[in-house]
Amino acid sequence: MKKIATALSVMLIAATPIAAQATPDDDLKAFRSYFTEKFPEVPMNDFKNGVYALDASAREQWEAFEEFPSYEIAVDDGEGKFHKKFANGKGYADCFPNYKKGIKQNYPYFDSDSGKVVTMEGAINKCRTDNGEKALKWKKGALTEVSAYLTSLSRGHIVNVKVPNDAKAIAAYNQGKKHFFAKRGQLNMACADCHYYYAGSKIRADILSPALGQTTGFPVYRNKWAGMGTLHRRYAGCNKQVRSKPFKAQSDEYRALEYYHTYMSNGLELNGPSQRK
Amino acid sequence: MRLTAHKLTTTASIAALVGCLGFAPTIASADTAADLKKGKEVAFDRKKGNCLACHQIAGGELAGNIGPPLIAMKARFPDYDKLRAQIYDARPNNPNTIMIPYGPHSVMSGKEIDLVTKFIHTL
Repeated sequence: MKKIATALSVMLIAATPIAAQATPDDDLKAFRSYFTEKFPEVPMNDFKNGVYALDASAREQWEAFEEFPSYEIAVDDGEGKFHKKFANGKGYADCFPNYKKGIKQNYPYFDSDSGKVVTMEGAINKCRTDNGEKALKWKKGALTEVSAYLTSLSRGHIVNVKVPNDAKAIAAYNQGKKHFFAKRGQLNMACADCHYYYAGSKIRADILSPALGQTTGFPVYRNKWAGMGTLHRRYAGCNKQVRSKPFKAQSDEYRALEYYHTYMSNGLELNGPSQRK
Repeated sequence: MRLTAHKLTTTASIAALVGCLGFAPTIASADTAADLKKGKEVAFDRKKGNCLACHQIAGGELAGNIGPPLIAMKARFPDYDKLRAQIYDARPNNPNTIMIPYGPHSVMSGKEIDLVTKFIHTL
């Protein structure tokens, strides 16, 4: 028995460096083929619709919502806020010169100068503070409106997150991957437990959404919130549901998670802002 | 209920008899109707067992299907202690299980796990 245990440990130690060498691209291929094998009836580009790709009856209701979407007010308000000049005479457009063409598909990205992952919400607030304005609150409110406006201009673009060959970028990606697969909280559940292994199963009356395509619709108007929220607001909610202390919005941990999580939806079409139950 | 009451009387008489003979009666481990009712409440309580989140159980509505339906439990777990161990902590049988480690993570007390096990064993 001891021998077997020793042999196993040696195998594990030997296997670890090989596993760590799986590139983000390898991960992406494995992730996608896992879901296409699990849900052969769902066309790849339908995964952007989240749980509604799997739940026909909820989808009907969702499509009805989308005819007069609740996030439209946020998009309009965001447009107004985006074009309002800062006190120094500059504006958001100076920070985001390509905003009309759509920019969301490139977020989050790794900034080699700072060695950090930059989210679109992070870039919006940096634009403000660089111009002497106060940062907006991270999870809801005005920030989600500006984000919703920029996202609406990016609709139809294909998610294109890059992990450059930079040790810090790879470390951030791996930190996010680890968060996704690690069990946490009093209930001892990983993101992957519900949204990878048991995606499509029912938890009470709700179908668990697949992780593939979860990020494409954010920011979202969530009926449960009766308002808009960022991806990090949702992360905090998920962590609380498994009775784990949530991380702060835009913390290294959630930016790393967003990096991995969004990378896994590379190749899908952006359809945010969106509405969720 | 009348049947249960009758059984209880019988048990009590036997206990009394056994008591007279100088043995300690072990009524505490008998599954009383009250225990089963409490066990069901704890099992269905969203803050405790919340078993319906994942398992179909007779008498519960809108059950999930992450785990197997809880039926024929005595056939599946002839040994009560094995069922209790599974509810207490499912990880020894499957390290990657999604099932909550109720005992080690103190989601339910030992007493509550006893009650839930008694109830589940009747299904």
